Amino acid sequence: MQLDAKIPDGPIAEKWDRHRREMKLVNPANKRKFKVIIVGTGLAGASAAASMAELGYDVEAFTFHDSPRRAHSIAAQGGINAAKNYPNDGDSIWRLFYDTVKGGDFRAREANVHRLAQVSNNIIDQCVAQGVPFAREYGGLLANRSFGGAQVSRTFYARGQTGQQLLLGAYQALSRQIHLGKVTMRTREEMLDVVVSDGRARGIVTRNLVTGEVVSRAADAVVLATGGYSNVFFLSTNAKACNVTATYRAYKRGAGFANPCFTQIHPTGIPPSGDHVSKTTLMSESLRNDGRVWTPTKAGDTRPANQIPEADRDYYLERRYPSFGNLVPRDVASRAAKERCDAGHGVGPGGRGVFLDFRDAIQRVGRDAVAARYGNLFDMYHHITDSNPYETPMVIYPAPHYTMGGLWVDYNLMSSIPGLHVIGEANFSDHGSNRLGASALMQGLADGYFVLPYTIGDFLARAGNSGVAADAACFTEVEAEVNARTATLLAVNGKRSPDSFHAELGRLMWDKCGMSRTREGLEEALRRIPEIRAAFWSDVSIPGSGADLNQTLEKAGRVADFLEFAELMCRDALDREESCGGHFREEYKTEEGEALRRDDDFCFGSVWEYQGDDAPPALNKEHFTFEHVPLSTRSYK
Amino acid sequence: MSSLRNALRSSVGSKTLMALTGLALLGFVLGHLVGNLQIFAGQEKLNAYAQMLKDSGPLLWGARIGLVVVFVMHIATAIRLTLANRAARPDAYVVQVNQRTTYAARTMLMSGLIVLAFVIFHLLHFTLGVTHPEFAAEGMVDSAGRHDVAKMVVLGFQSIPVSCAYVVAQLLLGLHLMHGVSSLFQSLGVQHPQLAFLERGAGRAVAAVVVIGNCSIPLAILAGFVPEGVVL
Amino acid sequence: MRFKLHVWRQSGPNAKGAMEAHDVDGITPEMSFLEMIDLLNEKLLADGKEPIAFEHDCREGICGACSMVIDGVPHSPERAVTTCQVHMRSFQDGDDIHVEPFRAKAFPVLKDLVVDRDAFDRIIQAGGYVSVNTGGTPDANEIQIPKVAAESAMDAAACIGCGACVAACPNASAMLFTAAKIAHLGQLPQGQVERGARARAMVEQMDAEGFGNCTNHYECMDACPKEIHVEWIARMNRDYLKASLTAKD
Repeated sequence: MQLDAKIPDGPIAEKWDRHRREMKLVNPANKRKFKVIIVGTGLAGASAAASMAELGYDVEAFTFHDSPRRAHSIAAQGGINAAKNYPNDGDSIWRLFYDTVKGGDFRAREANVHRLAQVSNNIIDQCVAQGVPFAREYGGLLANRSFGGAQVSRTFYARGQTGQQLLLGAYQALSRQIHLGKVTMRTREEMLDVVVSDGRARGIVTRNLVTGEVVSRAADAVVLATGGYSNVFFLSTNAKACNVTATYRAYKRGAGFANPCFTQIHPTGIPPSGDHVSKTTLMSESLRNDGRVWTPTKAGDTRPANQIPEADRDYYLERRYPSFGNLVPRDVASRAAKERCDAGHGVGPGGRGVFLDFRDAIQRVGRDAVAARYGNLFDMYHHITDSNPYETPMVIYPAPHYTMGGLWVDYNLMSSIPGLHVIGEANFSDHGSNRLGASALMQGLADGYFVLPYTIGDFLARAGNSGVAADAACFTEVEAEVNARTATLLAVNGKRSPDSFHAELGRLMWDKCGMSRTREGLEEALRRIPEIRAAFWSDVSIPGSGADLNQTLEKAGRVADFLEFAELMCRDALDREESCGGHFREEYKTEEGEALRRDDDFCFGSVWEYQGDDAPPALNKEHFTFEHVPLSTRSYK
Repeated sequence: MSSLRNALRSSVGSKTLMALTGLALLGFVLGHLVGNLQIFAGQEKLNAYAQMLKDSGPLLWGARIGLVVVFVMHIATAIRLTLANRAARPDAYVVQVNQRTTYAARTMLMSGLIVLAFVIFHLLHFTLGVTHPEFAAEGMVDSAGRHDVAKMVVLGFQSIPVSCAYVVAQLLLGLHLMHGVSSLFQSLGVQHPQLAFLERGAGRAVAAVVVIGNCSIPLAILAGFVPEGVVL
Repeated sequence: MRFKLHVWRQSGPNAKGAMEAHDVDGITPEMSFLEMIDLLNEKLLADGKEPIAFEHDCREGICGACSMVIDGVPHSPERAVTTCQVHMRSFQDGDDIHVEPFRAKAFPVLKDLVVDRDAFDRIIQAGGYVSVNTGGTPDANEIQIPKVAAESAMDAAACIGCGACVAACPNASAMLFTAAKIAHLGQLPQGQVERGARARAMVEQMDAEGFGNCTNHYECMDACPKEIHVEWIARMNRDYLKASLTAKD
């Protein structure tokens, strides 16, 4: 596999401008002759679809939801970063760039991150013009807050529903283009494969989830905006339908999959109360601004929190990281919680939880002030757990939340398959091995509004029309494969639900490839995954047919892909013999137990190349060079 | 003009139409009430008022025609909306629990149609004298030669079944007004936190005034009240 | 805990549906309502029967996918929650629980508890946006917006498009949904230019979809998981009337 990142020449601050100057343009009259397929209509997909339709391309957008507004971008709470420096506290494009590269633990491409920081400001302008009701100060200007441990206030927010409001903005822009006839919107249609022939993506094969019809869709370029794969853990903060199918299918058709082991585990999830739990709910990271995290000093202490005296409490984040305390970045906070629980100090169900205590904050500023800051979050917690956080500490535990890994893309956001572009969480992107808070929304919208609409034009201008129609042999072959796979799934006729296999896989992945990993554990996972997969293909039960709405069948197809993808993830984790960001290998830590990054040997992105079902994937490396943000060890002590 | 016509056919426009025609009808109800209450001031007052109306000629006919038009619009729109609303949910819920709506709101069509039936009876009863020809007869005049409305009303309401029917009809009208008056603010877009009291209270207040006012006449007469000057 | 669940089963859009009773036990109070249905579905699947089809996704009350009526109330008799936020501790052990799909002509049932809510998308497509293209927008702080206006717009913008308002309305009216979007954009300076045209276009589309009319029952407001207020309907009426009276066509 040839990995050419196509990073433009020139000083970092001028690369994007220079690139835009040098890109080939499509004649305005010819744009409508280019058909672009966009799969997924969350923040990245909807913004890209709207922007490209505005430019004049013939856009066809797909979502497996009933409406683009249901995409999981909608659940993002905290906010979106931009380098506006409105608060006059010293922020700049450079600082946002610097923080993102460093926060990502030096496993991202500098040029991409700088471009992200550059366009971050345009995003806020765009969203405000669309009518996104961001929070404001009394003078009518936009409000900012500091988020996720950032030293400057650069986060814009709309109450606790920033993702929702940004998605609605993009959805409305998309709706306008649908109304104008510039976008053909196909809802409840799931992409099941990519069609590649003669070294170029030619389109996709989809299944209509209501009628079961399998259809070929041809285009001159295909864009995947299909989100992340945190649901490989079964329990995650992702929506139930989030899956890896689109990106994994693309991988099997030749697209390189980069850094699949880079997953983000968010420190403040609500721990599952039992086996029945289907989904983890996140409590906003902002709670750590005032809450103190602790566990009992004595292992196995089962006294209720309020009866544990001060002397028997271990405020372990404050102890280990005196300068950042409870506000250490997500990866650090999550690992520290796991370490405490593994050592037997955990609280709550199964000892998998730590306290997040507001007692001192309430004493300091009063209950009303705490309620004003976190009232809705406290109510939400109370509602879910039936326990009142004003009186007893919350119990929290890390939960899978985001995946930095994804399909490899070059500077133009094109995968290793020409014509196949990948945007948003689905690409391996700009967050390296750890994403900072409020950066996911920024990246999704940057890709969709301000990067891809330019770069895809350059591709189309150079490559021309695809010239392959949906009835060509390459399509009918893939269609036949998709149909055969559905038929095989339906014919297994076993006893177990797809969910039960998914849960089994998820537990294994969480144990062996979750917050911390070991060679031994990963090797065990690599032995166990094929066993679960074999059991799945011999014992899964899917009642009903493939010719109508069949949610079990949909689920089974997604679980089948997770069962293969999980192996790739473990393989990547095993290969990466270092600890960086969201990837912590227990063999590689400092004497103080902190992550030991090994820049000499692992300063690269691992790009996996499919070699067939019976052969191990090939590893390709994109080496990262850091000319502007010097490699350094992150320290929060 | 087409935009206006379309607007009046639209869901929002229809609500406006209901509210405006309802408001006009309410105006009539209140005017009618004030006129009738003059019975408590004696025969002279009431009969003079009736004669004044009668003498207003074209104005009276204009008002009557206007009233009929408004009435027909109100009813026709109500029926059109109700049919559309039923069509909007062809399959009923097996179990449905309402949380906020009121009996008055749910029975607008029924209370409205009963009030319509009452209005027709009322016209036949007093105005046209169809049910009681003696009310329209030559002899029903007072000493000044005017139509003796006061006497007619007393005679009419001395019948227990007739008075009961009037009282029941007024209660239903009250029910109709309770929801109708409260809603018209919302329908016409009059909504402000400081006007919330209107929406909450106006329906009940108007309904109370109309019901108490209108029922006071038959009830008083049943209780033996005879207006000053009426010779039975 | 154990319950008797009466669930609407309908095999397809044109099929005739009926309530079907199931005994579920082994339920714990911490389970969410959807997890209870998950459990029942596991049982159905083990018996080789088709699980109950229902829509759900985020399971934290924001995506708006939930579309069931529980014991006669959209989402659940509990206030200000979506179905996924309801826990079994809200029910009494041994309860009979009735579960039906949202019912409206404009929301045809696709299967069991799954309904088609495309009509909402078409209402937004008719005008629920500010017509700005990507790029070329002024600096975000160029236009000041009073904090109260932004907050009020946010109140209306909190709508998750679930359709509970339609499901709860005795007339299956979509006015709360439509009004919320009109009020969200109409309260911001960016939404002023198209304010009248937007109100007209969206109301016309709403009517064309076959929703009923508002007769001011306000059931929608009580059913709304985000507590969107009916004051927006009054505002929509005002905007619509003003626009229609001043329109030039």
